[in-house]
Amino acid sequence: MRREGSPFQGLSTVFVKELADHISSVRMLMLELLIVFTALAALYEAINSLRQNTAEDPFLLLRLFTIDQAPLPSFVAVLGFLIPLMAIGLGFDAVNGEHNRKTLSRILAQPIYRDALLMGKFLAALATIGISLAALWLLVIGLGLIFLGVPPGSEEIARSLVFLVVAIFYAGVWLSLAMLLSTVFRSAANAALVSLGIWLFLAVLWPMLAPALAQAVAPADPRFALLGLNDPATAVWTQELLRLSPNDLFGEAMLAVLSPTTRALGPVFLDQLRGAVMGAPLPFGESMMIAWPQTVGLVAGTIILFAFSYVLFQRQEVRA
Amino acid sequence: MSEQQIETGSPPRVPVIHARGLTRRYGHTAVVDGIDLDITRGEVFGLLGPNGAGKTTTILMMLGLTEISAGAVNVLGLDPAREPLKVKQRVGYLPDAVGFYDQLTAFENLAYTAKLMGFGRAERAERIEAALTRVGLAGVAATRVATFSRGMRQRLGLAEIIMKRAEIAILDEPTSGLDPQATQEFLGLIGELKAEGVTVLLSSHMLDQVQRICDRVALFRGGKIVLMGAVPQLAVQVLGAGFVVEVEAEGPGIARRLAMIPGVTQVETLAADRFRMTAERDVRPDAARAVVAGDGALRRLSVDEPSLETIYARYFRAQSTGDVRHAA
Repeated sequence: MRREGSPFQGLSTVFVKELADHISSVRMLMLELLIVFTALAALYEAINSLRQNTAEDPFLLLRLFTIDQAPLPSFVAVLGFLIPLMAIGLGFDAVNGEHNRKTLSRILAQPIYRDALLMGKFLAALATIGISLAALWLLVIGLGLIFLGVPPGSEEIARSLVFLVVAIFYAGVWLSLAMLLSTVFRSAANAALVSLGIWLFLAVLWPMLAPALAQAVAPADPRFALLGLNDPATAVWTQELLRLSPNDLFGEAMLAVLSPTTRALGPVFLDQLRGAVMGAPLPFGESMMIAWPQTVGLVAGTIILFAFSYVLFQRQEVRA
Repeated sequence: MSEQQIETGSPPRVPVIHARGLTRRYGHTAVVDGIDLDITRGEVFGLLGPNGAGKTTTILMMLGLTEISAGAVNVLGLDPAREPLKVKQRVGYLPDAVGFYDQLTAFENLAYTAKLMGFGRAERAERIEAALTRVGLAGVAATRVATFSRGMRQRLGLAEIIMKRAEIAILDEPTSGLDPQATQEFLGLIGELKAEGVTVLLSSHMLDQVQRICDRVALFRGGKIVLMGAVPQLAVQVLGAGFVVEVEAEGPGIARRLAMIPGVTQVETLAADRFRMTAERDVRPDAARAVVAGDGALRRLSVDEPSLETIYARYFRAQSTGDVRHAA
């Protein structure tokens, strides 16, 4: 039996309302302050370091994103760590919040389908993150202009725009996850706790666990150890396991896009490098090809997690 | 039947909600079990029964908000399972313990609904102001809903229905948790809706409040409608009589004289000078005549309209003693 009427009726209304809610909320303000200050600190160190030892670098602006000066991580690393927090903060009470405020049945009694409500909430949160990231991106470009005094080239702008788009999809994965958990758990606190748990696990614990697991799955051949080399099988396993985490996918994609000299993201045999001019930057298109699988992985993760929450939400009872 | 016929039909008995064998199962338990229902335009219909009897699920099926396991329901000539948007455009729903966005004002909350309904900006403002005035919330239109009391929230929910100009207003437990004064005001507002020709379907477990405003009621129990009709009809059906008249009079042989009045089914002697008669109609004039004719001194004559609560209690007592298997 087919239902009649468009599933997108009311989508723009929900989108505008949710966007206004997010942008005016105290929660969003706190998240933005956190990210802006941390990112500014990372940028400040990067600028200092660049001013002291500026070499002939054709991609000076991109170095702003990637350079890290101990003890601070690079700008991209800071974002890789904090974007999930922002996405979780915007998504963890998307559905259960409506349940708990008892607004869900009242809103769904208006002429809209549930599709529009869920999709509107997702797009509004993603747009909020997109706006913040775009502001941050402009901030980096502006600071680069002021303190480094070098106008960015078109390729640098293109590469940093790719950074912006990939970062938004990276946020999308975490937003979908948070919304999925907000559909599964009726209590917002539970949903927040579980999302944050997954975030900490993938961001902090998984990079330590993956090599250990790889060792267990594919123990290093002692002959490699005797030669002081890493076993390629173990290295491949480590990387494949690491790639289960969206944080790693984001990190790899950013490495390829923002450091034009990156030629490969996995372990490489010496003979594969024969003829390569080490340290020479790749063209934009080639860098994109390297980052493409990771980007697609992030997009796919976003869609799959959203589809799960969509199915769950459609089947959920309206009444508490 | 077409829309025009409904609008202009002179006989009021046009069903706007029509259900046959409506059933909702969760696993093997039927929460709503094959109910038949016809609600006519302009009437106030009460769905009554204890919590968990299937009232809310019935309502949600009418709005297409939960799946129908078997049977069919038809609202304003539309199938809510197939055309929920059209149904929801014309039907207003006030859920049990309605919630609003606390950080928004009363006006903004209604504006969100109005946008979802697809009203333009000017029409929104005009409709919302009119609706808030009707329910007495015009003074707090710009106040955040976080500060509202339970009664004000209920009235805001009703304002939403008024703003939609719904043809059917479905109110789920509208008076639960309200203080007596707020309840009175709210029942008054429902009366106004009825006067405007809006069909009102309300569910409640507070029988005495509902009795006063409902034209007809359906008593739910275990997912089934066990009794349906106007309250006086049900009284005759269940209690065997519609009226209970108490007579306080002194004189010889009064009980015997009262029993001879046509229409009286039973006379109980409560005290030497107090009698309780059950009758099919209001027999007070006859009782007075009978007492005076017998040279008695009439002190008091009172009539109790049958209360829904009595009907309900009596019906289920009869059920549980008479047919234990059925009640289980």
